[in-house]
Amino acid sequence: MVEHWVDRIAAGFPSREPFNLVGIRTRGEVLAERITHLLRSRGYGQIGRGVLDITLYRDDLSEIGPRPMVRPTRLDISINGKPLLLVDDVLFTGRSVRSALDALADFGRPGAIRLAVLVDRGGRELPIQPDFVGLTLTDVPRDHRVNVRLKETDGKDEISVEPRA
Amino acid sequence: MTVVAQPPPPAARWTRKHLLSLEDLSADEIRFILDTADSFKEVSTRSIKKVPALRGRVMVNAFFEDSTRTRTSFSLAASRLSADIIDFSEKGSSVSKGETLIDTARNIEAMGVDIIVIRHPAAGAAELLSRTVSCSVVNAGDGAHEHPTQGLLDLYTIRERFGKIAGLRVAIVGDIINSRVARSNLWGLTKLGAEVILVGPPTLVPRAFEKLGAQVVHDFDSVIGTVDVVNMLRIQFERIKSSQFPSVREFTRFFGLTSDRFLKCKPDVFVMHPGPMNRGLEISSHIADGPQSGILTQVTNGLAVRMGVLFLVTQAQQAG
Repeated sequence: MVEHWVDRIAAGFPSREPFNLVGIRTRGEVLAERITHLLRSRGYGQIGRGVLDITLYRDDLSEIGPRPMVRPTRLDISINGKPLLLVDDVLFTGRSVRSALDALADFGRPGAIRLAVLVDRGGRELPIQPDFVGLTLTDVPRDHRVNVRLKETDGKDEISVEPRA
Repeated sequence: MTVVAQPPPPAARWTRKHLLSLEDLSADEIRFILDTADSFKEVSTRSIKKVPALRGRVMVNAFFEDSTRTRTSFSLAASRLSADIIDFSEKGSSVSKGETLIDTARNIEAMGVDIIVIRHPAAGAAELLSRTVSCSVVNAGDGAHEHPTQGLLDLYTIRERFGKIAGLRVAIVGDIINSRVARSNLWGLTKLGAEVILVGPPTLVPRAFEKLGAQVVHDFDSVIGTVDVVNMLRIQFERIKSSQFPSVREFTRFFGLTSDRFLKCKPDVFVMHPGPMNRGLEISSHIADGPQSGILTQVTNGLAVRMGVLFLVTQAQQAG
């Protein structure tokens, strides 16, 4: 599934032109690293890498349970002018992506921003749509969570739909 | 550039609406603040040094004592978090008309303030306030009791320099008895596993401090070659009684960080001072400005630590 997802991403970004690939912490970052690895093996040579922590930009800080740990954002690259691919694991309401767009605006002005998500579960609360989707889920009840687990952080690759604890 | 994925953060959490002292905090809570501060340090390296985390919130600096560093640092920290800032000082306020601390604070709070940062000459002032008002209270120094954000920024700076705190030997030198910085450092350092050695004349460093887990030493030269960190405190002439302190020359001779004494230190010793310095009294200028001095790094880190603290207490408020 990830291979097909990366196929679509590769079709959208010519391998000879430089672009930046930025993951949203935590699992978006792990996925961004995988995508980078796969694209490099397909001959992509000029991928700038960064990682974004959006905690400080969220509009729902009070609703997301235990105090979130704020972790550093690392964008040592210049994001100005070049296309930028933003990566996250699950797209739901769109609020994380909005926060990420706000954060990116504080670092510069990319030539274009595209969005890749492993899972689109619908349920948007904002006019935000993905450009590259790995898996589309429909009819996931709002009170359920879509959990993406990844080898690097969770020991195995798995997508599951579970009732919210 | 390759970014290596980091493991998910530990399941720590912060629930305190106020920051009153380091004595109150567990080692995990202290580490949580230091880790949070780490993330905020990055904000100050951006071209736009501002995040919207506290947009629409109001912080008031209520300073009943003079301050340059702490007050400026809190103001800048709040503005980098997009909070609004009110500065209140005793001079020129209704305090001079006889208004009590609590009435002053309640009136400030009634205007819709979210965080009161208070510095006051009376020990316990911040704690008293926290029981009276419903907004967050951050202690910016209460008498000789505590100065928790200074303690935290000292811990942060030591951890940044050595990569750890546990196992280090830290000497805090000078006017311990009158020092809130010494008390906050003592609590924080011992909780995180460092060895604390309090150094000074018996009038300024009574043996009673041994009960708090510190070693008390009246002969600086006997320990100077064994410590990793030397934190030189300011001689606080405004608090000191003349009987405690015979003469400036005598103090410098026995307890000042002079060039001669500096030669006896470990080669990688880290020199700290909370400021403001009495140059030539407790520390000589070329050491304070030298390569082993962390004094300005302390100030830089203070900003990140205060951003972290303001963010955390506000978040706890929303939950509570």
